[in-house]
Amino acid sequence: MASQVSGIAASDGIAQAKAYLLVEPDLSFEKKTISDVDSEVARLQAAIDTAKEELANIRSIAAESLGEEEAQVFDAHTMVLSDPDLIEQTNTVIKDEKVNAEVAFQKTSDMFITMFEGMEDNPYMQERAADIRDVRKRVISHLLGVKLPTPATIDEEVIIIAEDLTPSDTAQLNKEFVKAFVTNIGGRTSHSAIMARSLEIPAIVGTNNITELVSEGDFLVVDGMEGDVFVNPSEDTKKAYSNKAEEFASLKLEWERLKDEKSVTKDGKHVELAANIGTPKDLNGVVENGGEAVGLYRTEFLYMDSKELPTEDEQYTAYKAVLEGMGGKPVVVRTMDIGGDKELPYLELPNEMNPFLGYRAIRVSLDQDEIFRTQLRALLRASVHGTLRIMFPMIATLPEFRSAKAILEEEKAKLVEAGTEVSNDIQVGIMIEIPAAAVLADQFAKEVDFFSIGTNDLIQYTMAADRMNERVSYLYQPYNPSILRLIKNVIDAAHKEGKWAGMCGEMAGDQIAVPILLGLGLDEFSMSATSILKTRSLLTELDSTEMKELSEKALNECTSAEEVIKLVEQYTAK
Amino acid sequence: MEKRNYTVTAETGIHARPATLLVQTASKYNSDITLEYKGKSVNLKSIMGVMSLGVGQGAEVTISAEGADETEAIEGIEQTIKNEGMAE
Repeated sequence: MASQVSGIAASDGIAQAKAYLLVEPDLSFEKKTISDVDSEVARLQAAIDTAKEELANIRSIAAESLGEEEAQVFDAHTMVLSDPDLIEQTNTVIKDEKVNAEVAFQKTSDMFITMFEGMEDNPYMQERAADIRDVRKRVISHLLGVKLPTPATIDEEVIIIAEDLTPSDTAQLNKEFVKAFVTNIGGRTSHSAIMARSLEIPAIVGTNNITELVSEGDFLVVDGMEGDVFVNPSEDTKKAYSNKAEEFASLKLEWERLKDEKSVTKDGKHVELAANIGTPKDLNGVVENGGEAVGLYRTEFLYMDSKELPTEDEQYTAYKAVLEGMGGKPVVVRTMDIGGDKELPYLELPNEMNPFLGYRAIRVSLDQDEIFRTQLRALLRASVHGTLRIMFPMIATLPEFRSAKAILEEEKAKLVEAGTEVSNDIQVGIMIEIPAAAVLADQFAKEVDFFSIGTNDLIQYTMAADRMNERVSYLYQPYNPSILRLIKNVIDAAHKEGKWAGMCGEMAGDQIAVPILLGLGLDEFSMSATSILKTRSLLTELDSTEMKELSEKALNECTSAEEVIKLVEQYTAK
Repeated sequence: MEKRNYTVTAETGIHARPATLLVQTASKYNSDITLEYKGKSVNLKSIMGVMSLGVGQGAEVTISAEGADETEAIEGIEQTIKNEGMAE
């Protein structure tokens, strides 16, 4: 019977294929007393040998379809399986306690897992505990004769259906045959979503119960743009989506051609399309998608991925990698934005009633300025390796900006005095995310080198609505004329002082917002790398004078977000 | 029995890649090969054993091999250690 399921659209594209359920089988077993211990030991060895063969097979497929680096996780697994200590100790348990191999293997592997997980100051060892768990699952499945789904051995086109996908699941997927992912849980930034975008296959996450609604072998149509899954659809639906898939494919070809082009409108106006990144690893995506700059480097991952404050040298290495990776193109680095929903266990930030209105970002930096100074020194030292721009987050008042800048100047002077080379051409700007700063933008513009509008927070602060709260998330309205007026105020203030204004929230890559932002005169649009080509393509169809007219109407004639959307649709349909 | 003492110079100690390489090399030989650190001795062919020692930079360790190919084994392991700059 045909049915339809919806979820969060996490990666663009259309796919049609059979469902492959990547669902964990029941691996429970009972404790048994064994009389013939030798054959039990042999049974264990046979299961280990089969598991090793299987891993070798998975590894070679993974190396081919996903690259050597992704495949190396399976080397670690094979090494665990070849470990004489693990095997001998398991054999000893079988012999001494006369128990079945499942029980014995569980017991010895548990011992190693506990040992590695206990090494709390060593994340590397903790990952090894995960390897042992993975390996144990494989060996026990062979002992039980249960088939563990081994997506690496898929040899026909499928759509993967799963609760969620882990890195070791996705490492086993052959792109040639995997046409899409659909998962029960997750959001746009979960591993499965990011992986799908980098593999360029459609993905839908957060469907809640797709694993219950779909059976192995059901035929599915997946629309990654809209977030729709059709289970056993009619011929008409299949046909309609084949057409949509063709349209999307030709669109993508068109975008691909724009990779090395400048971002210009129909009437020849150039704007900068930049990318948001979190780690130096994200640079690949920026380069592949033709990013003209990094408009937001979120440095808090350096702090969050660590068990203690990152050292100046660790930070320097990361900043240098990003600056060099961009080959001289501008990189806007946001100083640490921790607090709010981003906690750091080692900093012991206080629990607050209203974390988003509390002690976070520049407020922490100015209060605990040693941490801030370390970051600034790392940035200043890295500045000679490219075009660095420094941005302070959560600035509410001019004195805050002046204090932050004074600290920067102090550190710079110290470094220069010590003979360290520092670039003399570092722009220093602020993120506009607090309405107070947006309103006073004219005064800020006299002192900063640039603005970057952080819409995610600016919208929730302006509308007084937490976008994660389902009951009020309808108030998270990027197109509300009030937001558009604030944005205009910021852009105009920058231009009046000969400065530039950018945007680094989700809104900058939003296909409804881009025409208005262009009309308002935004200079730089910073977005997910994968949205750049789509946006560059959209720009080629827009006339900046027409969009100026559109934006004026949106700001002055529209009374609601809905009216703005309608107006943009009228203008862009032309 | 062949025996050699080393001081670990690798910044990460004997973890991750160095540990993997040592275990891979040791596994090529038939001799019993052990790694000793702070009075604890583990099988150098066991990745989990080696990593459980938590050998860091500056540690003094002893590697011993006993068996028909003990000389080749200890030489082979020394090669790996030198090539990777793990210890001296």
